[in-house]
Amino acid sequence: MIEVKNLTKFFGPKKAVNDISFEVKKGEVLGFLGPNGAGKSTTMRMITGFITPSSGTAVIGGVDITQSPIEALQKIGYLPENAPVYPEMTARSFLEFCAEVRGFAGAEKNKRIDETIEKCFLKDVIYQPVNTLSKGFKQRVCFAQSILHDPEYLIMDEPTDGLDPNQKHEVRSMIREMGINKAIILSTHILEEVDAVCTRAMIIANGHVVANDKPEQLRARSGLHGAVRLILQNAEVEKAKNCLNVLPGVKELEVIDDKKNLNLRIYPETLGVPLTDKVLKCATENSLQIESIYTEQGRLDEVFRMITEVGEARSRLDRIVKQ
Amino acid sequence: MPRTLRNTKIIMLRELTGYFGSPVAYVFIVIFLMLIGFFTFSVSHFYEAGQADLRSHFEWYPWLFLFLIPSVAMRLWADEKRVGTIELIMTLPISLTEVIMGKFLAAWIFVGIAQLLTFPLVLSTMYLGDPDYGTVFCAYVGSFLMGGAYLSVGSMTSAITRSQVVSFILAVVACLFMVLSGWPPVTEALIGWAPTWLVNLVASFSFMTHYQSIQRGVLDFRDIFYYLSFIFFMLYTNGVILISRKS
Repeated sequence: MIEVKNLTKFFGPKKAVNDISFEVKKGEVLGFLGPNGAGKSTTMRMITGFITPSSGTAVIGGVDITQSPIEALQKIGYLPENAPVYPEMTARSFLEFCAEVRGFAGAEKNKRIDETIEKCFLKDVIYQPVNTLSKGFKQRVCFAQSILHDPEYLIMDEPTDGLDPNQKHEVRSMIREMGINKAIILSTHILEEVDAVCTRAMIIANGHVVANDKPEQLRARSGLHGAVRLILQNAEVEKAKNCLNVLPGVKELEVIDDKKNLNLRIYPETLGVPLTDKVLKCATENSLQIESIYTEQGRLDEVFRMITEVGEARSRLDRIVKQ
Repeated sequence: MPRTLRNTKIIMLRELTGYFGSPVAYVFIVIFLMLIGFFTFSVSHFYEAGQADLRSHFEWYPWLFLFLIPSVAMRLWADEKRVGTIELIMTLPISLTEVIMGKFLAAWIFVGIAQLLTFPLVLSTMYLGDPDYGTVFCAYVGSFLMGGAYLSVGSMTSAITRSQVVSFILAVVACLFMVLSGWPPVTEALIGWAPTWLVNLVASFSFMTHYQSIQRGVLDFRDIFYYLSFIFFMLYTNGVILISRKS
């Protein structure tokens, strides 16, 4: 388990990370989301010991990174932002170097390297110097060094950055598979990645944690969650609106489009009380021609925007209160 | 093999293969040999002097190293920071000491290899005359140690900045300072007014003083100790600088 305890970091007068605490158990994949400059990379760098915290610490598998960094780092695989690799080395010699540092030698070392090369689809480029590789391959080489020693804990800063959609898909499947028995923290800007890979998502803004929940729960925070989208064909606008409005449990009716078909969004009064069947019944009773009907789940990007703007406001309030 | 030595060796080998895997190393060696050859034969008139000692060769090292060694050292840490690999090595399960030592030793061995490639000169001298082998050996050891001292300064300045150019300039200035404090023009300027102990103190800090002492053919423990402790001190400072960057 990774325990992050009250991590705080000042860069001069600026508080980049403000008392962040959380836990990640094995089997969990935690996604860090947040606007640029929120403190995601800084937090990850503090967990891996690259930056010394101003206060607080991280305990990885029972080992405190500020006190026994080398022991803690043996359990961690880290993929830094921008996937740094030594440019003049070949992919294979780079992985050999990393394997040797991790304590592997001889046949065991070669076996691990070959396995990792297979997993990361690097076979075609292993003898090429890294500075001749495309960004996607370079990223995968750095990814390979992070999983080489099969660590129990993985910390990845934007693991699919710069990859094409196919490569993104491959990397995400790998992370999902590894997430089953490892504890993984990854940061991303891509919200669909959160759905695809993460078991939990944490939104960080201005150095604070502003949300820490499963992706489905986060989506449920959206005002759109539970709303029924109804598209009617050849409808008489007023008639449809009237009969739907009087339905019990309907809070509000929003007309999205009434040019071609009648496109409505029906907001429920109470969350958790399903509206869809009532709408369906009403529509059939009034002989409305339904082209499409579905229940909105809410969108993460909209929740993200709402939450981070709140976080921004809270920071501004903090600053005003201090003055 | 204890873990520390093993890790240091791994880093050192990686760096060395890096040096010889790029054209820069070969360019450096060729230029070094050409320059030292030029100074030995044309400027010091090695043949004309008619002496079977290599003084006219070794007297150039402090000045040649002044420019050439910072050019090797400047990329030691500045490059890691620029490429971003510093984040990689500092999060591998090895200690900073092992990394500093590994990088330094690799650079030192590289300089040592460049120096050893001047052996044809020794062979020529052996053919033409009867040199004192003890003195020659001492001279090589002395210049190797001095090279290490220059390197340690360069390594430290490289840790201060991301820019190789700034590192180079700082290293040259620092090394110039270290060399000049033992140079006759400086010591003579001091003798006029400073107490003897001060003149001796300033002179004793100089690379030049200890180098010349070894050149005379005696491997005095004090000179060796001076260089090694200087190197140790510089590398320690190097470590302090890198750690302070973390916070």
